[in-house]
Amino acid sequence: MSALESLTARLRDALPPDALITDPVRLRTYECDGLTVHRATPGVVVLPDSAEQVAAVVGLCAEHGVPFVARGSGTGLSGGALPRTDGVLIVTSRMRRILEVDVPGRRAVVEPGVTNLAITEAVRDQGLYYAPDPSSQQICSIGGNVAENSGGAHCLKYGFTVNHVLAVEIVTPDGEIVELSEQDAGYDLLGAFIGSEGTLGIATKITVRLSRAPEAVTTLLAAFTGIEAGGRAVSAVIAAGVVPAAIEMMDALAIEAAEAAVRCEYPEGAGAVLVVELDGPKAAVDREFAEVERLCRESGAFEIRIAASAEERAAIWKGRKSAFAAVGRISPAYIVQDGVVPRTALPGVLAGIDRLQEEYGIRVANVFHAGDGNLHPLVLFDDAVPGEEERAEAVSGLILDLCIEHGGSITGEHGVGVDKSRYMPRMFSADDLDAMQLVRCAFDPRGLSNPGKVFPTPRLCGEVPGVRRGVHPLVEAGLAEQF
Amino acid sequence: MDPELIKDCVHCGFCLTTCPTYVLWGEEMDSPRGRIHLMGQHVGGTPMTGEMAGHFDACLGCMACVTACPSGVRYDRLIEETRAVVEREHERTPDERAVRAMVFALFPYRRRLRAMRLPMAMSKRLQPFLERVNPSLGAMAELAPPAARPVRLPPLVRARRRARARVGLLTGCVQGEFFPQVNAATARVLALEGCDVVIPPRQGCCGALSVHSGRPEEARRFARRTIAAFERAGVDAVVVNAAGCGSSMKEYADLLAADPAWRERAERLRTLDLAEFLVRLGPVAERHPLPVSVAYHDACHLAHAQGIRAEPRELLRGVPGLELREIAESAICCGSAGTYNLFRPEPARELGDRKAERVLATGADLLVSANPGCTMQIAAAVRRAGKGEIRVAHTAEVLDASLRGLDPGALGRAPRTGRAKARAV
Ligand SMILES: Cc1cc2nc3c(=O)[nH]c(=O)nc-3n(C[C@H](O)[C@H](O)[C@H](O)COP(=O)(O)OP(=O)(O)OC[C@H]3O[C@@H](n4cnc5c(N)ncnc54)[C@H](O)[C@@H]3O)c2cc1C
Ligand code: SF4
Ligand code: SF4
Repeated sequence: MSALESLTARLRDALPPDALITDPVRLRTYECDGLTVHRATPGVVVLPDSAEQVAAVVGLCAEHGVPFVARGSGTGLSGGALPRTDGVLIVTSRMRRILEVDVPGRRAVVEPGVTNLAITEAVRDQGLYYAPDPSSQQICSIGGNVAENSGGAHCLKYGFTVNHVLAVEIVTPDGEIVELSEQDAGYDLLGAFIGSEGTLGIATKITVRLSRAPEAVTTLLAAFTGIEAGGRAVSAVIAAGVVPAAIEMMDALAIEAAEAAVRCEYPEGAGAVLVVELDGPKAAVDREFAEVERLCRESGAFEIRIAASAEERAAIWKGRKSAFAAVGRISPAYIVQDGVVPRTALPGVLAGIDRLQEEYGIRVANVFHAGDGNLHPLVLFDDAVPGEEERAEAVSGLILDLCIEHGGSITGEHGVGVDKSRYMPRMFSADDLDAMQLVRCAFDPRGLSNPGKVFPTPRLCGEVPGVRRGVHPLVEAGLAEQF
Repeated sequence: MDPELIKDCVHCGFCLTTCPTYVLWGEEMDSPRGRIHLMGQHVGGTPMTGEMAGHFDACLGCMACVTACPSGVRYDRLIEETRAVVEREHERTPDERAVRAMVFALFPYRRRLRAMRLPMAMSKRLQPFLERVNPSLGAMAELAPPAARPVRLPPLVRARRRARARVGLLTGCVQGEFFPQVNAATARVLALEGCDVVIPPRQGCCGALSVHSGRPEEARRFARRTIAAFERAGVDAVVVNAAGCGSSMKEYADLLAADPAWRERAERLRTLDLAEFLVRLGPVAERHPLPVSVAYHDACHLAHAQGIRAEPRELLRGVPGLELREIAESAICCGSAGTYNLFRPEPARELGDRKAERVLATGADLLVSANPGCTMQIAAAVRRAGKGEIRVAHTAEVLDASLRGLDPGALGRAPRTGRAKARAV
C-alpha cells in the first residue's frame, strides 16, 4: 500500500463521508486554479468543515509523510494551489462562517473560506468595510488573500492584505493549531505567514481589521488618445501630492475586451482610460478632485466623466474589474502577467512591451494599478495555432525581465506559485533564496506544505531524526541541496 | 456539448458564489466552473459516469452563472446539450424514472393538471406519508397551492382606451391552472394600458419543461404548436407573464435551428416578458396609491435567463405609496427551478428555506415575483418555517390593484376565488 493509500484509509475514519473525494472524475475538477496551464489531478481532496478537521488531516499527512496543498476558491493566477498527484488537496470552501463581528473594535473573525466581498457585505450596514479589494473579491477566499498577500485597486492608499490582518490561526505542517497575532512579542511571525503561499501551514481562522467607509467617494473616468498621455496624468497627480484611493489604467485592447464583456461604454476612441477614485472627508475630496480633473485635462484627457451616483461609480468600475476575464471575449486564450516597476519607469517598460508585441507577433492588453506601478499585461494567444502558446509564454517571461531590468519585481500581488519559481533566481541571489528557505524550514522542516511552489530548487532542512538515514534521494538525483 | 463553448471558460471562478449548489455544498463539481470542467472531461473521452450525471442533474438551470460570467460563457446552451446527453447515455434508477415519467406525463398538459388538482389538495394531508414513500411525491404535495376556482378568459379582451398595440397572451400550464387570477390581472392591465389582448383558447405548453430536462424533440413539438397558435392570432408581440415560459420562447429560434422554415417563423414571433413590454410601452393608465411594502423576488428565468431585473422594479416603484424592499442574496435561486423541486427535493428545500429566511427578514407585507414556481416554493418554505401563510402576488396583480384602485389588503390573500376577477375582465 502506498503512503497515500494508507493515509486515505485513515482519512475515511477521521472525516465525514462527504468530506473526502476519491472518485477520479470528481478529483480532476480540482486539477488547476485560475492559471490553467499547470494541471495535476490531486491524490485525494478533503473538504474540512473546521480547524480541528484541518489539523486532523494535516497531522495524518505528517504521520504518513504525504504532501498537502491548501486551496481556497482556486482563483490564484500563479498555480499556487496546483495539487500534488501524490498528495492531499485541502479545500476550505466549506469553512465560510463569519464567526464574530466586533463593530466598536472594528474587527471581524472569519473562517478562511469566506470570500473577500462577503466580509464587506456583512458589515456594510454598520458603515464598515474590508479594505483590500482584489478584482476577484466576489469569489476569492480570505485564506487565499492571506496566502498571496493580495492587493487591489485601492491598495495604493490603504495597503495590502498584510496591513489589514490582525491575527491568523494556523495549522502548522505538523498538525498543531497555533495563533499568530500582531500583538505577539518577538519576531513578526504573522508578517512571515502572510504571503507565504501555503508553504508555512494552513490558515484556519483570520481576524481582519474593518475600516470605516469614507465620508465621500468620487470617481472619475478620463479618456486619453494613448497610454503615454495617461501615464503623464498619473505622474502629475502623484507629484501634486494627491493620494488617490485608486488610480487605474487600461489600454485600448483591454478597453475593447471590457466593452465586449460588460458593455461598460467607455468613451469612444479612447486609447487609454484612467479610473481615479478619491475618498475621505468631503471637503478634502472636493478640493483634490478639482485638482485631479485639471491635471488630467492638462495631460491631454479628451473626455472626463464623473460618477454622480453609486450606480455610475459601479458602472465605471465594472469595466476595470472584469477586464481579466473579459479578455476571453477577444482571444481564445491568454496569460495574465503580474509585475511591478517604479512608476517613473512605466513609459520605458510599456515601450519595451510594444517592441515585444511586434517582434513576436503577439498581442498584449495592458491593465494596471498605475499608482504603484503594478502592471497586469494580458498576453493573448490562440492555442489552436501551433507555436503561438510558446511565443506567448516567451513574451510573458520577457516582460518580467523588463520589470527586473527597470528595478521592479516579478510579482505585485498574484504570487510566485509554481509559475514564477523559475524567475526567482533572476531577482534574488542564491543567498537571498537560502535565507527564505531557512524560514520555511523553521515552519516546515519536511517540506510537506505546498512543496514545489515559490522556490526553484527545493532545499531540505537537515535530517529529521529517525525518519531517514544516508543521502537523501533528491540530493543524490541533483534535485535538491542540503543545508 | 460543443467543445468551442467549453473552451470559452477561462476558469476564473467568478460564477461560483451565485451558484446555488456551490452555496449549499461548497464543492467544485457542483459549481458552474466544475460542471463545465466535467463537460470537458466527457468531450475528452471520459464516459458519463453516475457521479458525473449526478452533478449535472444537481444543476438547477438557474443561469445565475451566465449573468455572473465576464467571459460570456454560454452555460445555458452547454447544460441544455449536456442534459440531452445524460438522458441518452445515463441509465436512471427505476425510482428516478418513475418520478420523471409522471412529471412529464402531467405538467405540460393543462387538462391533466386540472384533473390532478383535487387529489393534490387531498394529498396535502397525506404529505408526511408521501414524503416517506418518495421525497419527490412529498415535495409535490407540499408545494401544491390551494385549489383555485377556474377562470375562463375570453379569446379577446379589448383595449380600454385607444389601442396602442395588439398582443397575444400566453396563459402557461402551471400559471393557467394554479394561478388563473394572474392571467386575468395581466389581461386587465394590458387592456387598461391600451392593448387589444388576444388569448388563443387552445394554446398548449410552451415546451420549457421539456427543454430544461433534456427532451428536445418533445420541446420542438410544443414550440411549433405555440408558434402556430400565435401566428393565427395575428399579434404584434406575445406577452408572457411566467418567467420560465418567456425565457424558453425567446430561445425558439435556437431550438428549431435545424429547420430553416420553422426557425424563420420562430424569429418572426416577438416574445416579451410582461414587465419588459410594459416598460417599453410606457405607462398611460392612472396609478392609484397602494400603501404596501413589497419584497421583490428575482425569478431566475427572468433575471438571469432574460436579464430583466430593472423593469419589474421600475413598474413597482411607479405605484404611489408602494415601498419596494430588496431581498438579500437576490441573485441566488429559491430552489424551485422548474421541475427541480420535484426531482431533487432535498437541495430544493434547503434553498427554499434560505430564501424564505431572507424574504422574511425584509419584513415586507407582500412577496412579489413573476414566476408561479418561485411563489409556490417560497410560500411552502415559509409554511415549513412555521411562519404561516405569506402573502404572495405576481407583478401583474400589484399593477392591476393599483390601476383599479383596489385595497392592498386584498392582494395575495389565500384562498382566492377566481370568479369575481374573471367577471371584471
Ligand atoms: C479574474 C481574476 C482577477 C484577479 N484579480 C486580483 C487582484 O486584483 N489582486 C490580487 O491580488 N489577486 C487577484 N487575483 C488572484 C487571486 O484571486 C488571488 O490570488 C486570491 O487571493 C486567491 O484566492 P483563492 O481563494 O482563490 O486562493 P487559491 O487560488 O485557492 O490559492 C492561492 C494560494 O493560497 C494558498 N491558500 C489558499 N487558502 C489557504 C489557507 N487557508 N491557508 C494557507 N494557504 C492557503 C494556496 O495553497 C495557494 O498557494 C485575480 C484572479 C482572477 C482569476
Ligand atoms: S445554472 Fe445555476 S445551478 Fe446550474 S451551474 Fe449555473 S448557477 Fe449553478
Ligand atoms: S465565470 Fe465564466 S469563465 Fe469564469 S469560471 Fe465561471 S463560466 Fe468559466
